[in-house]
Amino acid sequence: MRAAILLFLTLSACASAPPGGVNDPYEPFNRRVHAFNKGLDATVLRPLARRAGGNAPTAPAATTAKGATAGGPNAAPPGPIEMIGNVSANLSLPGKVVNSLLQGRPEPAIRNTFRFLVNTTVGLGGVLDPAGADFALPEIDTDFGETLHVWGVPEGAYLELPVLGPSTERDLAGMIVNTVIDPVDNWLNRDQRTAKLAARVASKAGDRTQFGSTVDSVLHESADSYAQTRLLYLQHRRFELKQEQDAIDPYAE
Amino acid sequence: MTLMPNDTRRGVLGLIAGGCILVAAPARALDQSAAVALIQRAVEEVYAIINSGRAPAQMYREFEGIFARHADVDAIARSALGPAARQVDPAQFKAFKAALQGYIGRKYGKRFREFIGGRVEVNGARPLKSFWAVQSTAYLRGQSPMAVEWHVSDRSGRPKFFNIIIEGVNMLASEREEIAAMLARRRGDVGALTADLRQAG
Repeated sequence: MRAAILLFLTLSACASAPPGGVNDPYEPFNRRVHAFNKGLDATVLRPLARRAGGNAPTAPAATTAKGATAGGPNAAPPGPIEMIGNVSANLSLPGKVVNSLLQGRPEPAIRNTFRFLVNTTVGLGGVLDPAGADFALPEIDTDFGETLHVWGVPEGAYLELPVLGPSTERDLAGMIVNTVIDPVDNWLNRDQRTAKLAARVASKAGDRTQFGSTVDSVLHESADSYAQTRLLYLQHRRFELKQEQDAIDPYAE
Repeated sequence: MTLMPNDTRRGVLGLIAGGCILVAAPARALDQSAAVALIQRAVEEVYAIINSGRAPAQMYREFEGIFARHADVDAIARSALGPAARQVDPAQFKAFKAALQGYIGRKYGKRFREFIGGRVEVNGARPLKSFWAVQSTAYLRGQSPMAVEWHVSDRSGRPKFFNIIIEGVNMLASEREEIAAMLARRRGDVGALTADLRQAG
């Protein structure tokens, strides 16, 4: 117990970044990792995503898009990439329930439990999402990084991880603990665990297809893609954790 | 402290307080409904262009027009250029501002396909610092709803927005960093940066 308190105090003491600021003492190392990740995206992920998304419904012929498309069918059946993404997301729900409970938040824990039960049964093992479509039970996202935040652990330094991308010291610790405490892994055998990991990788690749133009714009079209990635990640993460962010007042400068 | 008689001190405090009210009052002169109406109109105009089915290049010019009409381009340009904005002459700043406006129209206009078949609902506004934060939700196809916040001020003389924050990601902060990187690449030469901006986005 004393060791735990000591660890907690040590972690709290490393809060050196001003609120809203960027704490990046490993920048030279991070930039090298970023160059590697960017190369990986250009040579592997982007070509793959382009091939997968070549005839995806995300890119309708814009020049012929009249007002009629606005009310178009949005209840289209999910494609294979979306189905894999659904299965992967469904398998992540028990872990989110555990984290909500660790954060002392019973409501999202209950909602995600019902979502998991509905989608695993009616949704055919999580392939479909009737919980979100018919029962108003959208996924409530959380992870152990958020649990650490709720417990008072500061963000720590910014990190860019090989392949996995932007993170922070706190989110890296969260990611590691998240895989350890995931209850689903206890219910699955080795082959099923491998399939779960494969589904997760495939769903990440699906995200690269869906958010392709955003990734292209940040990674391949900005003057300093490292700084842009860092800013986007930190701001979005702080928003997810409901941390107050400083508003820019250009009239007070 | 004892040097100042009590009632004089009260008088000074009163003056300061009065001054604060005088200074604070015009800052909130823009009312909530005008801020909300501005964003409502801007969103409607964006959707009118998206649904017009015109050629992308023409759309980008029209998006630029919306930006020029409803955004405080002057304040955005000054903020994006950072400390360099105080060093350039008016003609240079004007050229930079025009180039930035075109760049924003192209860069953000390129994303219009993501909005086809979706909608943006304006929900309300809350006071923030000297301005209004207008809250809206973007419902785009195949994505969870996104929180989009618009910062609106009438310091330019008319209600105009100067920042958009999408799911916590701050457009002005992001462009500040991007312009700073472009300027550093040109070793602080604003003229060269302006030429680069005309090609970018």
